[in-house]
Amino acid sequence: MENSLKQRRGLQVWFSVMIGLIMIPAMFGLSLGVTSVYIQILVKILEWSTLRIQRGHRDRPTLPVPAPLPNGLIQREGGSMEHEMGELRRYRTQSISRGEFALSDSFYFYRKGLESIVDDQVTQRFSSEELVSWNLLTRTNHNFHYISLRLTVIWGLGVIIRYCVLFPLRITLAIIGLSWLVIGTSLVGFLPNRRVKNWLSELVHLMCYRICARGLSATIQYHNKNNKPQKGGICVANHTSPIDIVILANDGCYAMVGQSHSGLMGVIQRSMVRSCPHVWFERSEMRDRHAVTSRLRAHVAAKSNLPILIFPEGTCINNTSVMMFKKGSFEIGGTIYPVAIKYDPRFGDAFWNSAKYNMVSYLLRMMTSWAIVVNVWYLPPMTRQEGEDATKFANRVKSAIAHQGGLLDMAWDGSLKRDKVKEEFKEHQQKMYSSMVVGKKARTSQEPHTESTKR
Amino acid sequence: MGSRASSLLREEEIEEIKKETGFSHSQITRLYSRFTSLDKGENGTLGREDFQRIPELAINPLGDRIINAFFPEGEDQVNFRGFMRTLAHFRPIEDNEKNKDPTASEPLNSRINKLLFAFQLYDLDRDDKISRDELLQVLRMMVLRMMVGVNISDEQLGSIADRTIQEADQNGDNSISFNEFIKVLEKVDVEQKMSIRFLH
Repeated sequence: MENSLKQRRGLQVWFSVMIGLIMIPAMFGLSLGVTSVYIQILVKILEWSTLRIQRGHRDRPTLPVPAPLPNGLIQREGGSMEHEMGELRRYRTQSISRGEFALSDSFYFYRKGLESIVDDQVTQRFSSEELVSWNLLTRTNHNFHYISLRLTVIWGLGVIIRYCVLFPLRITLAIIGLSWLVIGTSLVGFLPNRRVKNWLSELVHLMCYRICARGLSATIQYHNKNNKPQKGGICVANHTSPIDIVILANDGCYAMVGQSHSGLMGVIQRSMVRSCPHVWFERSEMRDRHAVTSRLRAHVAAKSNLPILIFPEGTCINNTSVMMFKKGSFEIGGTIYPVAIKYDPRFGDAFWNSAKYNMVSYLLRMMTSWAIVVNVWYLPPMTRQEGEDATKFANRVKSAIAHQGGLLDMAWDGSLKRDKVKEEFKEHQQKMYSSMVVGKKARTSQEPHTESTKR
Repeated sequence: MGSRASSLLREEEIEEIKKETGFSHSQITRLYSRFTSLDKGENGTLGREDFQRIPELAINPLGDRIINAFFPEGEDQVNFRGFMRTLAHFRPIEDNEKNKDPTASEPLNSRINKLLFAFQLYDLDRDDKISRDELLQVLRMMVLRMMVGVNISDEQLGSIADRTIQEADQNGDNSISFNEFIKVLEKVDVEQKMSIRFLH
């Protein structure tokens, strides 16, 4: 009896020491270097396991499951609609510019249709990225086969370490971080003085987010810090998960924008507002776009307010591409500070598939991954140019972010995750074809909705 | 640590599909992954809504016809075999297949079968003839009639359909039979235009 009590107390002491060692440096933005050593060890182990798996594949060539292809299943050929129709109609004496219809015209649509059934660009963005080589997590085990005993042992060890050692540490840190946020911001809220209050509020926010980041074993690399968002500006970034906020807020203070929730989230939101202005909307307000824009405009106009953080995609995408930016954020005015966020998929899948997992199970998965390794690039500020409308401006910012982050720049709307595609895009295809039937040369030979540029 | 993707696809099934469609082993398993990712209901079959969820297919003017081609007469669900059978029509023709055993049945991706696939997408009632009405229906799907600056009325479409049938019709029955269809399109590079290049 006494022994087990001593054991438990010993464990508790050891636990608190660990927490203290992680938390206190984090609060001051310092690092003991433990995480980087951990990451390096992990990289070595993953490289070793990759080699083992490749060797296993070579020894057994009739393995039923092949490695995933990074460029998709098929090679898309052919040029624009006009070019393809022209080729199909070559057997006829008339050219495209003279119009008419050919029985072979439909072949173009059939092939396009079948190509999209086999492999399309959009639906794959709403599920986790497939890894080239397994990273020893059960959850990413789609195509990988039993290879060797050693690999299984390492995997087993990994499970024990992740669930029994790392997970309790991380959960504790997260709880401490969030409680500190609520308590700290409420305390700061009592202060009357402007400057001291702002300074303290920023300190509290930073500390709490740093603790939370430790709670995820997050290693964040910030690039081009000279382009960091300034007060009175708008920060836009690509969206992969709710953790994006923690990642960005580790290096600066932002005014959050979002819907006011009830429950625990509501408590956190309300206490945050006490120390510095954030912009929380009621659900009914969100539908009124003008109200939203004017409130954000008022916030930006007050030059002393923290920069707003907005994710214009509107939903989480799987970090392989950037989808359409909604133009609302680009109509507010002010300076836009684009930020590109790229997660390293080897250490943990950061994408929140909200159709499959709710927030709690997502966070649990995050806390039982190996680590979160992120690259954040601050891009030079952009403003809307003369004569440029909000949509063009949004696309310009999107391309810049995609280019920097090595992501595919897509024109498709992220809301296709849940909604059906709009009729007008089909009508666009029909319109282009109609010009060919009637005999006018199509004005543009580009099809904007299948246009995508890769770096 | 087993592999989840192919656990539901047995070796014998893969062999059968290979024989029937000519796809390689790795192509079949990759297409099976694609099939399961489209199968949101996880019941081993695809319904029409599963296809319509693909945005690039939803904006295709002939998308509905293509989806229909996957579903056999009167059925609402297609299993993996049926899926592969339809996809097989778009497999490229390989040279070594031309020298195959002549007693074996025509492969699904031969020129004739590719043309038959396209023919059946026109010929909805399967009476082996493309009538004026059937042609008109497809024309209507592909064209935008209310377009600013251009007027494509139903009468215009009607005369286009008439001209097309006139061109192709040889036995004077005012519709296009499969042989007439083949004759009109004999110079079209069907092998290339109705094929999808699969990456191994």
